[in-house]
Amino acid sequence: MAIVHGAVENDSATATRRSSAVLPWRRILARVVSGAVVLWAAVTIAFFTLQAIPGDIADILAGEQTYPGLKEAISAEWGLDESVFTQYLAFLGRLVTGDLGTSYVQRQPVADLLAAQVWSTIELAVVAGVVSALLAVVLAVVSIGRSRVVRSAMSTLELVFTSVPTFWVGILLLMLFSFQWRLFPVAGANGWQSLVLPVVTLALPTAGFLAQVIRESMERTLTEPFIVTVRSRGVSESLVLLRHALGHALLPVMTLVGGIIGALLGGAVITETVFGRPGIGTITLNAVTGKDIPVVIAVVLFAALIYVVVSTVLDILYTIVDPRLRAQR
Amino acid sequence: MTTRNPTGGRELVTVRNLRVAFDDTAVVHGVSFTVHAGECVALVGESGSGKSVTARSLVGLTGARSTVTADALEIDGRDALRLTTREWRRLRGGFAGLVLQDALVSLDPLRSIGAEIREVLRTHHMVPRRAELARAVELLASVGIPQPELRIAQYAHQLSGGLRQRALIASALAADPALVIADEPTTALDVTVQKQIIDLLGARLDDGKGVLLISHDLAVVADIADRVIVMKNGRVVEEGETDAVLGAPRHDYTRQLLAAIPSASSRGTYLSRATATDRLPLPAREADRSRIVLSAQGLHKTFASARRGSELHAVDDVSFELARGEVLGIVGESGSGKSTVANIVLGLTRPDAGEVRLDGQPWSALNEAQKRPVRSRLQFISQDPLSSFDPRWTVERVIAESTLVLGLPAAEARDRAAWLLGRVGLDTALLTRHPRTLSGGQRQRVSIARALAPEPDIIVCDEPASALDVSVQAQVLDLLAEIQADRGTSLLFVSHDLGVVHHVSDRVLVLKDGKVVESGDVDDVFYRPQADYTKKLLASLPTAVSSA
Amino acid sequence: MTDLLEKVKADAALAQASIVTPTPRRRRRGPAPSVLVAGAFVLVLLVAVALPQLFTSVDPFRTVPTDGLKPPSAEHWFGTDRLGRDIFSRVVHGARYSILIGLSATAIAVVAGSILGLIAGLSGRLIPGRVGLLVDETFGRLFDVISSFPGVLLAMVVVTFAGPGVQNIAVAIGIASIPMYGRVVRSQTLLVTRADFVTHAAIYGRSRARVVIEHVLPNVLVAIPVLAAIDVGASILAVSGLSFLGLGPQAPIPEWGVMLAESRDVLRIAWWGGVFPGLFITASVIALTVLGRALQRHIDGRKS
Repeated sequence: MAIVHGAVENDSATATRRSSAVLPWRRILARVVSGAVVLWAAVTIAFFTLQAIPGDIADILAGEQTYPGLKEAISAEWGLDESVFTQYLAFLGRLVTGDLGTSYVQRQPVADLLAAQVWSTIELAVVAGVVSALLAVVLAVVSIGRSRVVRSAMSTLELVFTSVPTFWVGILLLMLFSFQWRLFPVAGANGWQSLVLPVVTLALPTAGFLAQVIRESMERTLTEPFIVTVRSRGVSESLVLLRHALGHALLPVMTLVGGIIGALLGGAVITETVFGRPGIGTITLNAVTGKDIPVVIAVVLFAALIYVVVSTVLDILYTIVDPRLRAQR
Repeated sequence: MTTRNPTGGRELVTVRNLRVAFDDTAVVHGVSFTVHAGECVALVGESGSGKSVTARSLVGLTGARSTVTADALEIDGRDALRLTTREWRRLRGGFAGLVLQDALVSLDPLRSIGAEIREVLRTHHMVPRRAELARAVELLASVGIPQPELRIAQYAHQLSGGLRQRALIASALAADPALVIADEPTTALDVTVQKQIIDLLGARLDDGKGVLLISHDLAVVADIADRVIVMKNGRVVEEGETDAVLGAPRHDYTRQLLAAIPSASSRGTYLSRATATDRLPLPAREADRSRIVLSAQGLHKTFASARRGSELHAVDDVSFELARGEVLGIVGESGSGKSTVANIVLGLTRPDAGEVRLDGQPWSALNEAQKRPVRSRLQFISQDPLSSFDPRWTVERVIAESTLVLGLPAAEARDRAAWLLGRVGLDTALLTRHPRTLSGGQRQRVSIARALAPEPDIIVCDEPASALDVSVQAQVLDLLAEIQADRGTSLLFVSHDLGVVHHVSDRVLVLKDGKVVESGDVDDVFYRPQADYTKKLLASLPTAVSSA
Repeated sequence: MTDLLEKVKADAALAQASIVTPTPRRRRRGPAPSVLVAGAFVLVLLVAVALPQLFTSVDPFRTVPTDGLKPPSAEHWFGTDRLGRDIFSRVVHGARYSILIGLSATAIAVVAGSILGLIAGLSGRLIPGRVGLLVDETFGRLFDVISSFPGVLLAMVVVTFAGPGVQNIAVAIGIASIPMYGRVVRSQTLLVTRADFVTHAAIYGRSRARVVIEHVLPNVLVAIPVLAAIDVGASILAVSGLSFLGLGPQAPIPEWGVMLAESRDVLRIAWWGGVFPGLFITASVIALTVLGRALQRHIDGRKS
């Protein structure tokens, strides 16, 4: 006896002309622009923070160095005689051309310093990221729908993984595998063997936390009505999990990847120190203790760049992968 | 009704004394019934009746924490209590297909409907791999989806409500099951589409399949079911042929259920207190047409739409008057602007043009501070009371909120709240409870108590009972009617449900796309509609369920 | 990592559009054994922070070069380090650095982050028109981006300018954690201000200020203590991490991360220096996280 929701429909409407293969270009463009804006904001904030710090800019940039000709070099490079706005534009200009400034501590262009070491860090972060993702998926899927005991054990494991300090894990692994059992090298970056321990160190906490997120997401997905429909078709439980639930559960995880990248980068800094691996971590640490400001700024901006690029790419991927978002403009 | 042979077919499902429990709490207590091929059996009841659980036990999907026992549970001639997991999987989809409500959430949103159908085909090895696509297209065509070759690659959210429900049915039928279990298959749909879906299921009956229909909507059931089983609290209360059960119900509960359905014939009577033979009349009330308490003149409201550039004319030149003691119904579907009108009247939104006056005095033109002293005259009851309660507040505090501005001393405020609670038929012990621990009906009563507290002249009701079970809805509507008769309060009653509006209102306003399509005395508009839209609305109602 | 986890949990909760509600105390089933153990450990820890002398009478700074690198024994429960200092005593005395710095960093982040988050969330409603929305959006984006940025790097930047030391890393970590709280509080504020009980309050003649004070603030702030409780663990990890790198308390202060750094060179021959401090960091973080989660479960309302 009731009119139920929805306007009176025209069920014979023809299929939409827009097929599901068209990409939402406007959204993609919006994401890219958004990323560029964030990057620009980071750069601007960095510049003006430098200006805002009490004290003479030249002194700050000089850090603890006092060799002759330093002040003049700084003044020339940063254009300290000019107006703040001109300095800012010059700064932007230099960054765009890839000139990250000069390190007065090392007396080299920062870009050279970074370039030499960046690959090592990227290698570590990427491999650790992939390993932790795989490990997390396995951990999550294995523990779904099992007995309470298994799930508690899994939760505890994940809790431990995320509570253990990265550097301590590194130290323990060093002791066991490098010193005790001589399986892996102690330091350096030669060959894949020297990658194993640092990757495990970096991957464990990320895996632990990802596993937790994925598992909770899957458990939520499994309560959705469409899962009942799938089961009512006689599909086996493992297919229900893998074919239907997992994909769904991974969607919200994709939004996290930005944060994970950040965590991997940060963790890489520490891991490199523990294992004596060359990389951005070591450079940054030296720069911080040596008050090498240009390097610190450059590293931060570089990290921002990586973060923005990866996040934007993943953001776009997310929009493409979820058909519900694809259809909107 | 159809002309098939309902009892001639073989027994598809035989249930004797089914008991289902979740974690030691019994939900179904000894239900028995049989479904034959070619017949439609309907399980009818309100929420908590156990009808859905019963249906799911036939496909073994009651959930991991459930215990299912029965004297006999024969499905396709086999003892279902002894089936292995593998045998259950063959049965699911292969012998019995399940259709749930709202295909938008019942189909995997990340997979195309073609992929969903093919999954069934593959699981039950219906056709060789190469032929899957063609078969899927055939299936879509067989449920009446136009241009199936195009639709096959689409996703559920790209189809209209009716089309995606058909797609869901197609996937349930893909493995050619003998039994179709439809759990509220039409609840999320519009009335014209409802009819099509029901017809679709009816056609399956003609094919010789059996249908088990679960529904709370007696009108839908009347259209298609051969036999009706009425359930309450996990037990069967009455069963029999549809005409018998719905036309001449024997059990009190069934009678109450039928009597509680608001319609033109129940006007002026209590919905929740029908006796065996007749209805109890409500206390009389009179509308004083000479005194206009609320008037709206030429209301306009436009919202900027999310899409580029276009605007949404939510309210387009709406005018009406509400007299003292009168009930004005505002009827329309979603998107008609009725809720926006309610918001404007309440002063929560400013109209872009036009004016609302209270007792002839300006109202919508006032600013917030000027409105405040007058607020007590105009109160509100919303569809979802829970979200209008501060989650941290007790019932007492919630009720008192509408009179806080009066600055009553604490003791008096408490007494008042207790009295109001009694007035709406609730126990004063509920004062210290939190609303989220209450049932839907109780919450709505608390909401009414809150609205009554400042003794308003006008109460705006926005779909106050549409989220409630029929019997609870009946009680709430009766309460509103009593209060209205008691105090002469005027009601602005907004709803999409024509039956409720006809039962409750004196005059009615029909809205479509923000415009007033028709207005007038409720009997005039409903029995002798002038506008095409009104005619279309009324014509698409399912056949009325006759009550005693 | 734990802070990332909490951010995720906060996001998940918000994705389900839930407003945190208090549970009336219905079932007194008693806390789980793990919670009791965790609680006991934290209690012991707090005592160690306040009164380390209850656990050991050995001076943590006293160097006895001839006793260097002795393995654990009855005399030195955790052995000695390179300079002959008793590691057990150093662990006990070091508790105060990790815990107190972690707590102050969290406190800074909670207070500043909540204020900023509230301002952001409310600005959409209180500042009329597009300006308000723009302010809110800007804050939102800033929070999102900065909170995903490696906190370690941010803290390092602060330390670069301010120099290493106890107070400085507390401030550094605090500042680096502000965006996370800002984000959660802002989201919660947005949720609450859009709920019916807030938008309908005008019908009862409540003034805007009253609505903010009586409805918005309590419902927003109720989520914070839990978040903070769980986040303290993350702060402690950050403190020890930065100290390990040499950016925090300087030697000879017995901060756990510093101790681990010191032990690195002699790890091959003296494993005990690299095990015990780390063990205690882990145990502290686990205990605090368990307690925090128990608190969260206790406070979370159940939605039907």
